[in-house]
Amino acid sequence: MEKQDGREAAAVRIDDPWYDALASGWGELDGTGAPAPLAPAAPAGHAPGNSAADIYLEVQRSAAFQEVRGRYRRFVVPASLAFFSWYVVYVVAATTAHELMARPVAGAVNVAMVAGLGQFLTTFLLTWAYARHARLRRDRAALDLRWDTQELTRGITR
Amino acid sequence: MTGDHQALALLLFCAFVAATLAITTWVSRNRRGSAEEFYAGGRLFSPMENGFAIAGDYMSAASFLGISGLIALFGYDGMLYSVGFLVAWLVVLFLVAELVRNCGRFTLADVVAARMRERPVRIAAGTSSVTVSVLYLVAQMVGAGSLVALLLGGSSEAARTWTVIGVGALMVIYVSLGGMRATTWIQIVKAVLLMAGTVTLTVLVLVRFHGDFNQLLLSAAERSGHGRDFLAPGLRYGGDWTARLDFISLGLALVLGTAGLPHILSRFYTVPTARAARRSVVWAIGLIGSFYLMTIVLGFGAAAVVGSDEVRESSPAGNTAVPLLALDLGGGAGSTGGTVLFAVVAAVAFATILAVVAGITLASSASVAHDLYASLRRRHARRYSEVAVARVAAAGIGAVAIALGLLARDLNVAFLVGLAFAVAASANLPVLLYSLFWRNFTTRGAVWSVYGGLVPAVLLVLLSPVVSGSPASLFPGVDFQLFPLENPGLVSIPFGFLAGWAGTALSPEPPDEAKHAETEVRSLTGAGAV
Repeated sequence: MEKQDGREAAAVRIDDPWYDALASGWGELDGTGAPAPLAPAAPAGHAPGNSAADIYLEVQRSAAFQEVRGRYRRFVVPASLAFFSWYVVYVVAATTAHELMARPVAGAVNVAMVAGLGQFLTTFLLTWAYARHARLRRDRAALDLRWDTQELTRGITR
Repeated sequence: MTGDHQALALLLFCAFVAATLAITTWVSRNRRGSAEEFYAGGRLFSPMENGFAIAGDYMSAASFLGISGLIALFGYDGMLYSVGFLVAWLVVLFLVAELVRNCGRFTLADVVAARMRERPVRIAAGTSSVTVSVLYLVAQMVGAGSLVALLLGGSSEAARTWTVIGVGALMVIYVSLGGMRATTWIQIVKAVLLMAGTVTLTVLVLVRFHGDFNQLLLSAAERSGHGRDFLAPGLRYGGDWTARLDFISLGLALVLGTAGLPHILSRFYTVPTARAARRSVVWAIGLIGSFYLMTIVLGFGAAAVVGSDEVRESSPAGNTAVPLLALDLGGGAGSTGGTVLFAVVAAVAFATILAVVAGITLASSASVAHDLYASLRRRHARRYSEVAVARVAAAGIGAVAIALGLLARDLNVAFLVGLAFAVAASANLPVLLYSLFWRNFTTRGAVWSVYGGLVPAVLLVLLSPVVSGSPASLFPGVDFQLFPLENPGLVSIPFGFLAGWAGTALSPEPPDEAKHAETEVRSLTGAGAV
């Protein structure tokens, strides 16, 4: 995606609430329900007459967007599978494996207590990891893309 | 129970109500009555404020009194609940919060309708959202009635009836007059009060045991009468295989249901950006996690200080464990400290119920006005403004909740919260995840996945031991029990996902690629988000 405008996205503070371009309502796009052309639209410098649908398809196919989506999914999919299976294993073990869960570890603390507190700990750790990953690896790129996309769709009469 | 407790508890609670009513009038002083303001509080809350509000919305009296009570009675098995309630937030954080903030405007249906034909999808998602809200509301209302009976000792029918009516009337006033802005502030105030009360009690418990958690556990095990078994799972859910499967089913609904609760989803729209939505959830996870860690200490503390048998005598479900613990920690019955602490706990519990019902009422009135009314309105009928409809809907939902709360007053409605989570996980979560992540999802798939989760969940409960066929059911006299589990999640959640897939596979129309592109780009970048 090229910049349509001389304005640098980097100059925008990252925590800017972006109240400038209010989107139109949903479901008011032109070409309702018509299948979009499958060929990627001509990149950059879109001709007037490009519909919003074409622009979104173009952005979706752009390398920058694929990169943001890839980063998001590469973190979220494994992490989700991990915490979900860990939780299911914990619940199943708590309801079925009594001897294992009742085994003492230290003093009055047994395996069940360690596993339960472990669930709390992993939840906190994954929360921290996700927030950090998103802040460092996704926020800036997503904001640039947001700016570019809004620039492209701005001129379109809906 | 002496008159002192009651007077002080009522005084504190009235102070809370007065303060929140003052907030309501204050925030509604220069209203312009836009939908943005009513449903989303102008989208101007900071992540920290919203994080506190999310925590305030989520931590119900059942969490505060119920989980601690379960731990006091059954030891470790009570902890299983709190783990499920907390881990659920990872689903919200990873898969839902930011994307919903970027794609939607006010409700869950907005996110789905963005890609699909609006009308059928809005009607389906609106119906399931209202169902979840009403189930949850009735549970809270009945809980408020029994709580007043427990805490204020006045088990007279009149006191309970007026409590239910009073709570219902207050929540309608908050929501209709103050909208999201008032509701949010009430939740923030409540979250601060709840955290402060919980921290105080936890510190007192730990001081009592000289900071030795090991000693606390040992004393709890000793006073419970179960010995070491008290610290391991199995006292409550360790029965036959049906009971075990039942708990696994409940655990699934808890962990997957939170991301489909309408009043939680609507909280993400009150912040300006997706990034703020993410930071709100991080705040909420910190608050909720530390809260549940403290309830574990309080639960074992109640078992160790008060004793399981005494808690059971006071209330068979264990709901008075924390108030009794507060009484003891403050210096015992009749002492000033005990009286004050007990009254504080009682007042916080009421404030908790009030804040939670206000949040749910607002979310369901949004579903009625924004999704159902907008879709079902006759073409040429007189057009009322959406916010006016939402205000009326809030009053209507309040009336329904009061009526159902009074009707179900003497029934055991503990299953309703589990059912609300199960419906949210079976009907709302599949359609939400498919819309956000699945390229080929279609309108028919969306409609099928909502009804394919909603109908089985409700039907299975109707055919379960909860309703008929066992001495503890709602209607013990009849027997149309066909399904052995009390929690339908294990069956209905996969059903919802499968129905969405089947509906998509059998769809007459091809998936709309451009709409998918738009949803994907918007959800991850925030382009064009409102």
